[in-house]
Amino acid sequence: MWSAMPSIRSRTLSLVFEIPTSRTLEFWRRIEEGEFHTTRCRGCGALHFPPVADCPECRSSEMEWVELDGRGVVAAFTHVVARPASFQGHAPYTIAIARLEEGVRVLAWLRDADITRVEVGMRVRLQVGRTPEGEASYWFVPA
Amino acid sequence: MRRVAVIGVGHSAFGVRKDVNLSELAFEAVSPALDDAGIAGEDIDLVSFASVGGMYEEALPAVVVAEYCGLTGAGLLRCEAACASGSAAFLASYLDVASGNADVAMAVGTEKMTEVDTPTMMELIGRAGSYLWEFHNFGMTFPAYYALYASAHMARFGTTEEDLALVAVKNHRYGALNPKAHFQRETTVDEVLASYPVAWPLKLYDCCPICDGAAAVVLASEERAREIGVDAPIWVSGVGYASDTANLVKRPDYVGLGASVSASERAYEMAGLSPDDVEVATVHDCFTIAEIMAYEDLGFCGKGEGARLVREGATEIGGKVAVNVDGGLKAKGHPIGATGCSMIYELTKQLRGEAERRQRQAPLERYVALAHNVGGTGHYCYVTILRR
Repeated sequence: MWSAMPSIRSRTLSLVFEIPTSRTLEFWRRIEEGEFHTTRCRGCGALHFPPVADCPECRSSEMEWVELDGRGVVAAFTHVVARPASFQGHAPYTIAIARLEEGVRVLAWLRDADITRVEVGMRVRLQVGRTPEGEASYWFVPA
Repeated sequence: MRRVAVIGVGHSAFGVRKDVNLSELAFEAVSPALDDAGIAGEDIDLVSFASVGGMYEEALPAVVVAEYCGLTGAGLLRCEAACASGSAAFLASYLDVASGNADVAMAVGTEKMTEVDTPTMMELIGRAGSYLWEFHNFGMTFPAYYALYASAHMARFGTTEEDLALVAVKNHRYGALNPKAHFQRETTVDEVLASYPVAWPLKLYDCCPICDGAAAVVLASEERAREIGVDAPIWVSGVGYASDTANLVKRPDYVGLGASVSASERAYEMAGLSPDDVEVATVHDCFTIAEIMAYEDLGFCGKGEGARLVREGATEIGGKVAVNVDGGLKAKGHPIGATGCSMIYELTKQLRGEAERRQRQAPLERYVALAHNVGGTGHYCYVTILRR
């Protein structure tokens, strides 16, 4: 009944945003080189992930880049079946949050895992590279 | 700060409402709210309009709705706090009246979520966190956010998929009795468990529906409520709010929402009440795991005991506290900007003893009601305590 309701189709609005990355470009440059870096505040020593240009703890804008080992333990995960419009071309994927040995947590896809064996507490490590779409990215694999 | 009363409420039918546009939908809530309060549109000093927007054609929905509903000229603002926008609007109106700046204010929540297709809706609300670090390369979805919490809660406390299903079964049972609900039908544990996987461990029947709806609340000062001759003013006894990080990775764990704990503590303190005083509550069950975490975060039970509460029926009518006996977001529906006002509508009706149908009227002795409204995945939280 509802689908038969009369309507007027709006004009099309297609939105693409140019997201500035100049302040954290080092993160993406290091990814291209196969490394996973993030920022540590020179003011208070806080380690941040995601990397930031400004420290929310002490408001210093003096950052240094530090490499993370990338090994961690899964804190939470999900297997995503119902996907957003821009991910319709992907097969279902697993998303995990892992706590790295350095203390920060990272959210990323978990690849190359038997999904029946993924669990909270499993050991994983980060890999960096390009997605099939050609985007610089990073993901977990079982350790 | 002076005492503030809820003096009028209105609520549209929730569901797939392709028969009405945004303004016509809002009118279905605003007009009955004015009638209920016994006032006219020109008596309203301030209108706080809640809508997340971006999913329907209007860029300035507050002005369009205000004009259509005869509210033009009042002070007007639009509030956004994701799925807690309705409570943010309620807070704005409450504060304006409590401060003495306004005598009568109206919070109106309206959302129209079915003018775009489902994958587009998943795209829009999948960005409800930190775009670059959660969505761009990883395609987070709104169910996926709560699924992360569910996985951690299950691992830590032994909560099961059957426990999650019991929340859906309870809320559908009450939704079946609510003439305003999106889903006016019951479900079973087996039906929930067999439903389409959305984001493991959440299945379709663990999720609230994409829904259209509107709700409106009129607030007045004690003096004005007496002048109007309101029979049963419902008093705003406590308001609490809090927030949490945009990036989930900045949080210490995934077994509860810190903002719910903080917001509720603030509300209990203002009201001079404890969790044990609450007799009827609307909690933010956008996904079944969210209701279990809400029991714990609001202090209805200890941490990790939420599943036991639903297993024992402690949150049904006749139990310790009647929770989501309007069907909750799960069965009543969750038009995201409208939900906060819809919760106040339901609790006002409960406190007046006017719940429809009668089978879902909670028995009350202390007349204490609590609304818990979360935006995003605990990114925003508002807790409101009402008393008769």
